[in-house]
Amino acid sequence: MRSKQLFRLTINGEKREVAAYPSRTLLEVLREDLGLTGTKHGCEVGECGTCTVLVDGQPALSCLLLPGELEGQNISTIEGMADGANLDPLQAAFADLGAAQCGYCTPGILLVAKALLKENPSPTRSEIEEALGGNLCRCTGYLKIFEAIELAAGGRK
Amino acid sequence: MKVIGKPLRKVDATSKCIGQTVFADDIFLPGMLYAKILRSTRPHAVIRSIDTSAAESLDGVKAVLLGAELPITFGILPVSQDEHTLATDKVRYVGEPVVALAALDEETAEEAIRRIKVDYEDLPPVMSITDGVKPASSPIQSYAEQGNIHKTVSFEFGDTSAALEKADLVLDDTFFYQGNTHLPMEQHASVAAWHPDGKLTLWSSTQTPHYVHRALARVLELPASRIQVIACPNGGGFGGKSDPFSHEIAVAKLAMKSGRPVKIALTREEVFYCHRGRHPVLMHSKLGVKKDGKFTGLTFQTILDGGAYGSYGVASTYYTGALQTTTYHLPTYKFEGARLFTNKPPCGPKRGHGTPQPRFGMEIQIDKAAELLGIDPAELRLRNLVPANSLTANFLTIRTIGLQRCIERVVEASGWKDKFRKLPFGRGVGLACSCYLTGAGLPIYWNNMPQSGVQLKLDRSGLVTVFCGSTEIGQGSDSILAYIVAEVLGIDPSSIRVVTADTDLTPVDLGSYSSRVTLMTGNAAIQAAERARAMLDEAVAEELKIPKEGAASAVDFVKAIQLAEAKFGTLGTVGSYTPPRSAAKYKGGGVGPSPTYSFSAGVVELEVDAETGIIRVHKIWIAHDIGRAINPLLAIGQVEGSVYMGLGEALMEEQEFRLGVHKTPSMLDYKSPTSMDMCPVETILVEEPDPMGPFGAKEVGQGPLLPIPPAVCNAVYDAVGVRIDEIPVTPEKILKALKAKAQGKDGRYGPTAFPAIEYRDPMFILPPWEGGDGRSINQPEYTRKGV
Repeated sequence: MRSKQLFRLTINGEKREVAAYPSRTLLEVLREDLGLTGTKHGCEVGECGTCTVLVDGQPALSCLLLPGELEGQNISTIEGMADGANLDPLQAAFADLGAAQCGYCTPGILLVAKALLKENPSPTRSEIEEALGGNLCRCTGYLKIFEAIELAAGGRK
Repeated sequence: MKVIGKPLRKVDATSKCIGQTVFADDIFLPGMLYAKILRSTRPHAVIRSIDTSAAESLDGVKAVLLGAELPITFGILPVSQDEHTLATDKVRYVGEPVVALAALDEETAEEAIRRIKVDYEDLPPVMSITDGVKPASSPIQSYAEQGNIHKTVSFEFGDTSAALEKADLVLDDTFFYQGNTHLPMEQHASVAAWHPDGKLTLWSSTQTPHYVHRALARVLELPASRIQVIACPNGGGFGGKSDPFSHEIAVAKLAMKSGRPVKIALTREEVFYCHRGRHPVLMHSKLGVKKDGKFTGLTFQTILDGGAYGSYGVASTYYTGALQTTTYHLPTYKFEGARLFTNKPPCGPKRGHGTPQPRFGMEIQIDKAAELLGIDPAELRLRNLVPANSLTANFLTIRTIGLQRCIERVVEASGWKDKFRKLPFGRGVGLACSCYLTGAGLPIYWNNMPQSGVQLKLDRSGLVTVFCGSTEIGQGSDSILAYIVAEVLGIDPSSIRVVTADTDLTPVDLGSYSSRVTLMTGNAAIQAAERARAMLDEAVAEELKIPKEGAASAVDFVKAIQLAEAKFGTLGTVGSYTPPRSAAKYKGGGVGPSPTYSFSAGVVELEVDAETGIIRVHKIWIAHDIGRAINPLLAIGQVEGSVYMGLGEALMEEQEFRLGVHKTPSMLDYKSPTSMDMCPVETILVEEPDPMGPFGAKEVGQGPLLPIPPAVCNAVYDAVGVRIDEIPVTPEKILKALKAKAQGKDGRYGPTAFPAIEYRDPMFILPPWEGGDGRSINQPEYTRKGV
């Protein structure tokens, strides 16, 4: 009824070849074909931000992307955020401040925060609020997340 | 103390920040099939026929399951075992599971679902409280008390008629609390594996693996000893994953039928149909007050819009009347409650379970009383506080109560005295308080076994492993076990491994609901750890010939374990926790008792744009009596999360239905607060260690939600002088109330009538101060009106 297609993707700096149905979203390819289950999903229709990855450094919803559109671009997922065993300062700040409660929205939010700090290393509180406007979290009330991003931006004291 | 009270990382924090935590949908097993469920498109209909032939003939479909194959019903409460895994003869809401099937991949399963034909014969749907109280030609459930009235309850503690008569002021109000849903970020998922030796394993996003275990055994007719249920870390629960669910049983049966592992991952729309969220509740409250502000009595009536099945609903109904007595002393109290069946997804327990609704009405009514009496609302509350170590009118035992300090602290922190009735038009402050359980006193099914068990394994490597059935839903329950055992044994929490929520490996804990986990698993963990410490002390004391007390700390921890292992053999200890017996001996008195209660007070400051009705919340101050914070960082996180969720309920979250269909079953249409809607929150932890709690700890995950909705409404009144007696408080409601006020009418928006409903004859119980002993004085069992 349909056949799989070969895609060449660059994920966390690694070149990956994957055969998948062309209708599969990047989210499905990451999780089900490549075993990168760190990317989560909360709606699969582009409403909650949970499945956010970075495409060439910009936040993008993996549930709305098709792998065919992404050949030649750099896809970053949560699995690529730490440098080996060394956590990214954002990851460490989230862990230290309890910014991840259930942890389900955390990968997407961390990647949005990563992109934000790259463009704007010292964001104000309202700039952080705005950057996270597309990522729902039901546990924290967002406040610990804001604080963790500020902590990571300010550097460890 | 070295661990307790410290703002440590959670034991699973790093995993969650690197994407390594394995949620249920992250499990992939070799040969695994994918399941999908066909759901009802009709709110109320008889199933004439189901034709699955075109689905079964589709290449890649491996098993199809119909309701008739699983005739045994289930349900979380013993009194409402009313759910079939898949509908058999009738559907009762849009979204009810009808057929399940498993295929090689999700795409094939979806295609197969589309090929199934169901022939329905529609019945009249019942979609509201107004319709639900009417006589029914086709009742939704055959076991309802009358028509679509599922259950009524009625108690009277002391003579409320006399008490209201002798009051200087009687407030008579109706309130409505709209239903809303948990909206956990993780969509429910389950994976089942059936082994040829007759053993079943289910991984699931559930808050209550123990109850899922029991439901599987019952419906599948397997011995429970052959079923393993593993609760994966939940990607948010809030009560929405605490029922056994159709999809959990369906994948288990599909695995048995196909001989292969089967996964199901619900879509977001399906999560809305699972629901079990906040009951919409209509309330009628009459409060008697003396001129000096002292309450003389309260009568409180509730009608709950329950949805199509029982779920926790009978307990929810009792909860709408249970905790009115625990904050302010009520010399007399009458409660009448009723739950209706309607053709909507079943309601159940959401954070605060049945108590935010009555708390909403009560705290607004007290605000109104304060205004009529010319007493500051904070002062009026302080004049009525329940004393510590006392019994309430309905025989709940209050031990420590830090509510006075909570009120004083938020009043001070918020600058209440300079703001209340003093801010310019459009800006206002509102105050409200609350109380919540620290664990339900009784288990959901009657038994006299412990409600929580902990096992410790210590071995010569120095490793301590904690085994407990408790379920990590993001609140930090795994971490609490590690902190407590570490504190008692005098070691670093990072050297402890925690194994939880696996019915094959861990002793029973009833689950993550009713704010029970820290207190119950914590006390069980203390007992197990103290027993282990005693063995280490004894072994070291013998070796070094020193007194036993604290002897273990004279040597390295690994050495102490090795000495103990040499002396006693393989090391292991257990601990258990069972709540104390309740003083309430009357039938129905089992809902409400708790080992101890938490208290909260909140102040909301907001701005109302009188032109648009739009509210902007500036800040919330919240003080919470937690007894003691095991980890203040996590405790503050729970408070902030509760405040956030309360704010969402107050301002925007609501479930509405049109023509039998859920209007907003998506995350875009179901409005919840985003990062841009959230306001700053100042959290104050009030710590008065409670003798019932581990190291004095009480609950924190639910109680702080409760003051927020009424405090918002009280602040709206302070800001623009209109009373919004229902939530959510939308701009439209504010504008309607402002318009009415401008026309010289009552500046109020809210329900104007309470339907006549035949409650049971009340059971009379004399309050403790009238010589009552906790038993009812009129009849040992209920009488029933009209049946």
